[in-house]
Amino acid sequence: MDLTPLIPEVFLFAWALMVLLVDVFSKRPSVARPAYMSMAGLVITGILLARFGNGGALWTGMFVADSFAVFFKIIFLGAAFFAIGSSFGAAARMSHHRGEYFSLILMSTVGMMFLASAKELITLYIGLELTTIPLFVLAAYFKTDRKSAEAGLKYMIIGAASSALLLYGLSIIYGLTGTTYLHQVTINLSIHWLAYGDVGPAFTLATMMIIAGLVFKLAIVPFHMWAPDVYEGAPTPITAFLSVASKGAGLAAFLRIFVGMFIAFATDIMTPRDWGMIVALLAAVTMIVGNIIAIRQTNIKRMLAYSSIAQAGYVMVGVVAASALGVASVSFYMFAYLFANMGAFAVVTVFADRTGSEQIADFAGFSKSSPVLAAAFALFLLSLAGIPPLAGFLAKYYVFAAAVQAGYTWLVVLAVLTTVIALFYYANVIRLMYLSQETSPHHIIPSFPAGLVLVMTAAGVIIFGILPQSVLEMALSAATSFAF
Amino acid sequence: MSYSFPILSYLVFAPLVGLIVLLFINRDRHAAIRWVATIFAFLSLVLTLIVLADYDWSTAAMQFTEQHQWIPAIGAQYLMGVDGISVPMLVLTGLLSLVAVIISFNITKRVKEYFVFLLLLETGMLGVFVSLDFFLFYIFWEVMLVPMYFLIGVWGGSRREYAAIKFFLYTLFGSIFMLVAILVLYFSSDPHTLNMLELTQVGPTFARGIQIFAFVFFFIAFAIKVPVWPFHTWLPDAHVEAPTAISIILAGVLLKMGTYGMLRVSWPMLPQGIRYFSIPIAILGIIAIIYGALVSMAQKDLKKLVAYSSVSHMGYCMMALGAYTSVTALSGCMFQMVSHGLITGALFLLVGVLYDRAHTREIAAFGGLGKKLPVYTAIMTLFCMASLGLPGMSGFISEFMIFIGSFPSFPVMVGIAVLGVVLTAAYILRMVQRVFLGEFDAAKWGGLTEINLREILAVAPLAVLTIFIGVYPKPLSELMQATLQNIITLMAR
Repeated sequence: MDLTPLIPEVFLFAWALMVLLVDVFSKRPSVARPAYMSMAGLVITGILLARFGNGGALWTGMFVADSFAVFFKIIFLGAAFFAIGSSFGAAARMSHHRGEYFSLILMSTVGMMFLASAKELITLYIGLELTTIPLFVLAAYFKTDRKSAEAGLKYMIIGAASSALLLYGLSIIYGLTGTTYLHQVTINLSIHWLAYGDVGPAFTLATMMIIAGLVFKLAIVPFHMWAPDVYEGAPTPITAFLSVASKGAGLAAFLRIFVGMFIAFATDIMTPRDWGMIVALLAAVTMIVGNIIAIRQTNIKRMLAYSSIAQAGYVMVGVVAASALGVASVSFYMFAYLFANMGAFAVVTVFADRTGSEQIADFAGFSKSSPVLAAAFALFLLSLAGIPPLAGFLAKYYVFAAAVQAGYTWLVVLAVLTTVIALFYYANVIRLMYLSQETSPHHIIPSFPAGLVLVMTAAGVIIFGILPQSVLEMALSAATSFAF
Repeated sequence: MSYSFPILSYLVFAPLVGLIVLLFINRDRHAAIRWVATIFAFLSLVLTLIVLADYDWSTAAMQFTEQHQWIPAIGAQYLMGVDGISVPMLVLTGLLSLVAVIISFNITKRVKEYFVFLLLLETGMLGVFVSLDFFLFYIFWEVMLVPMYFLIGVWGGSRREYAAIKFFLYTLFGSIFMLVAILVLYFSSDPHTLNMLELTQVGPTFARGIQIFAFVFFFIAFAIKVPVWPFHTWLPDAHVEAPTAISIILAGVLLKMGTYGMLRVSWPMLPQGIRYFSIPIAILGIIAIIYGALVSMAQKDLKKLVAYSSVSHMGYCMMALGAYTSVTALSGCMFQMVSHGLITGALFLLVGVLYDRAHTREIAAFGGLGKKLPVYTAIMTLFCMASLGLPGMSGFISEFMIFIGSFPSFPVMVGIAVLGVVLTAAYILRMVQRVFLGEFDAAKWGGLTEINLREILAVAPLAVLTIFIGVYPKPLSELMQATLQNIITLMAR
C-alpha cells in the first residue's frame, strides 16, 4: 500500500517521540533544546506536507489528503509553531517534564492533522481524541497552580462529555446507514429518503447530538461556559493553541460532517436549511454574548477568551452559508485568525512572563515603555476587531459575503452590529496603552523566539490583509474538496 | 490627460511615504519631524494641483484612471480616477492637510507619533476621494478612523478619551451599514462586481426593494459622517475635544465625505432610493439648519459654537441633495462643501490661535480684543462674515445657489431655510460683538500676543480662496458642471 500521503503525520509523530526521548536522556535539561527541536520538526513537517501530503487517499477514502485538509494542516502547524515559539518563558518556570510539554503539543498537532484528513466517522473521532487528550494535560501543566489544575480538570470533564455526545450521535448515523464512510452515509441517506420520503426522528436526534458535541469543542454559546476558566488557567501559549488550533480542528470536523456529509440531501424533518438555521441562531447568540461579556473582563486572558468565543460566532456565520464561498471564507477566517490571535497571545505571554500580571489595567502606559510591543499588540487587536486593511477585516468581509450570498442578510446585519461592541473592548486595551497618562515601568524586549513569533504574526496580519490573493486561491481550492 | 506615472497613486501614498520616513527619525528631533511632515503634505498638495491643472473640464468621464488586478478572488480591483466632484475635494484635502501640518508646529507632546498619525489620516482621506472600487473605497474610509481615534484621544482636550471612543464607535457603526449595502449590491449585480462605475450603470436595474434597502444602509453610513440630524451627537464632542489641526480636518474634510459619498454612490447608483426619500432628506436638512443655528446661539464656548454651526451649514447641503433634479442645487451643494471646508477650517484654526494664548474659549471671558489684536480681529471677522453668507465671499455663492436650485422642488422649505441664514447672522454677529468689541479688560488680557507669521501663512490661502470663489465662482462651477449634469442624467433613469 502506498502510504505517501501519510508521511507528514508519521514524521511528526516520530519526531514528537524523539523530542521526548532526547529530553529524558540528556544530562542537563534545557528549555531551548526540545523547543527548537520541536519548531524544526514543525518546519520539516510543513515541507513534507507540501512535498507528499498534497493529494491522494488511503484505505478506500478513510484518510484523504485533499486541498481542504492541506489548508487546515497549515493552520495547525502554524499555530503549534507560534505556540512553541512563545513557550520559552513558561517552560523555564516548569520544574520538570519540559520535554513532555513540547512533545504533547506535537502529538496534539498530529491528531488535528488526522482529523482534517478524516472522511470516515471513526477516524474522525480518533483524530479528535488525539487532539484533545494531550491538551487536557497541557492545560493542567502548572499543576501546583490551582487555576491551572482546575483548568485541566474542567477541560477534561467537559471534553469527555462532549465527546460522548458526539460519539453517540455518530453511532446513530452508523445505525441508520450501516456505514461510517462520509460519502457512503450521504448516498445511503439519500437512497433511503428517495425510497421512503423520510429518514426518521433518529436522524434529527443524531444531528442534534453531533451539533452539540462539536459546538462544545468550538465553545459556541450556550456551550461555552468552560472556555474562560480553562483559557485563564492554562499556560498562556497553550491557551493560544487551544483558541486557534483546537478551534480549527473542531471547525474542520464540523465542515466535514455538516457541509460535506449532510449537504447533499434534504428531508422533511431536517433539511440542510434547518441545521443551517440552528447554527445561524447559535452564531447570533454567540456573537452577542461573547462580545458583551468580554467588555466586563479585567483579566486579559479572560477577555481574549470571550473574544475568541465571539470570533467562533463569526466563523459560524460563514459556515451557515454551506456553499463553496462559505467554506473558502471560513478557511480564510481561521488563517487570518491564526496570525492575529497567536500574535495577541504572544504579547500577553511576553508581558506576563516579565511582569507576572495578566490584568488589563497593567497595560496602562505600555506604549511609552515598550513602543514596538505595544504597537504590535494594537495591530493584533485591530485585526481581531476587523479594521481594514488588516487580515481580520478581509476575513470578516469574506464570511459576511458568503452569508449574504446564501440569503442570511439578517445574520450579517447582526454580526456587523456586534463588531461595534467588539471594538469597544479591543479599543479599551489600546486606550490604556496609548491614551493613559500613566507610565508603565516595564520596558520589555522579547526573547529571540518570542520576537520571531511576533514578527511573523505581525507580518501575516498586514500582508494577508493587503495582498491576500494567493491565500484566497488556496481557500477557494480547499472548498472544491466538497461537492456542491 | 495621461501621465507616464500613476499620479493619483503618488498623491495618495505620498503622505504614507512620509510616514515611513518619519519612523526612521529619532523621536527627539522635533524640527526634522515637522519639516518632513510638511514636505510630504506639500508634495501631495502639489500633485493635487497638477491634477487640477490638467483636468479636462469638458467631460464627465473619469480621468487619470488607474486600473490593476488586486484581489480577483473577491472581485476587488485597484481602481482610481477623478471627475468633477472629486477634484475639488482632492485639492481641498491637500490644502487643509498642509494647513493642519503647519498649524501643528506648536505640538510638543509625542511629536513623532502625532505626525505619523496625521500623515496616515491624509492618505486615508485622499484615498476615499479617488477610489472607484468599493473595496478600496471602504478600506480608505475605515483606515481614517484609527489615526483619528489616536489624534483626538492623545492630543485632545480634557474629555479627549470619551470623545475619541465615541467618534470611533459612532462612525464604525455607520460604516458597517455601508459594508452590508456593498455586499448586497455586489451580489445583486451580474456578473458580480465591486467596480463603482459599473454598479452605477447597472444600479437602476436592481429591484426597487434592493435599491431602497441599499439606499437606506448607505444613507446611515454617510449621514453619520455629514452629520445629518439626528446622527450629529458625536460631532460636538469630537470637534471640541480634538486639537486644532484635527478640528480643521474634521470639519473641512471628514464631514464632506458624507455628502461626497451620497453624490458619488447612493444618488446616481440607486435612483429609486433618492426618488423615494427626497422629501424626508430635505426635511432632515431643514431641521439641521434651524437646530444647528439655534444650538449655536446658546453656546458659551467659541469652539462649540463653530462646531454646531457646522451642523447647520451641512444642513444646506442636505437640502440641496434632496432637490436632486436641479443641477444648480447640486452645484450649490458642492460649493457649500468647498466653502464650508475653507471657512470652518479657518474658524477652527483661528479659535485655536486664540485658545493657545488665552487658554480659554469662553465667549463671555473676552471683550474688546479688537483693540489689542487688530490683525487677528480682521482675519476672524472676515471669516465670520463669510460664514454668515456675506456677498462677495464663497458662503454667499453656495447658499444662494442652493436656494435658487431647491426652490422649484421645495418652495416652503427654502422659505424656512432662509430663516436659518438670519439665525446664523444673529449668532455670528453676537459672538463678534462680545469677543472683539466692547470694553477691553487690560488687566486680564494685556499679555495677549498678536497672531504670528506661521499662523497667518496657514490661514492666508484659505482667506484668498474664500474671497476668490466669492468674487469669481465661474471656474469652480465649470469644473463640476459636466459631472453634475451627468449625475442628474444618471438619477433620471
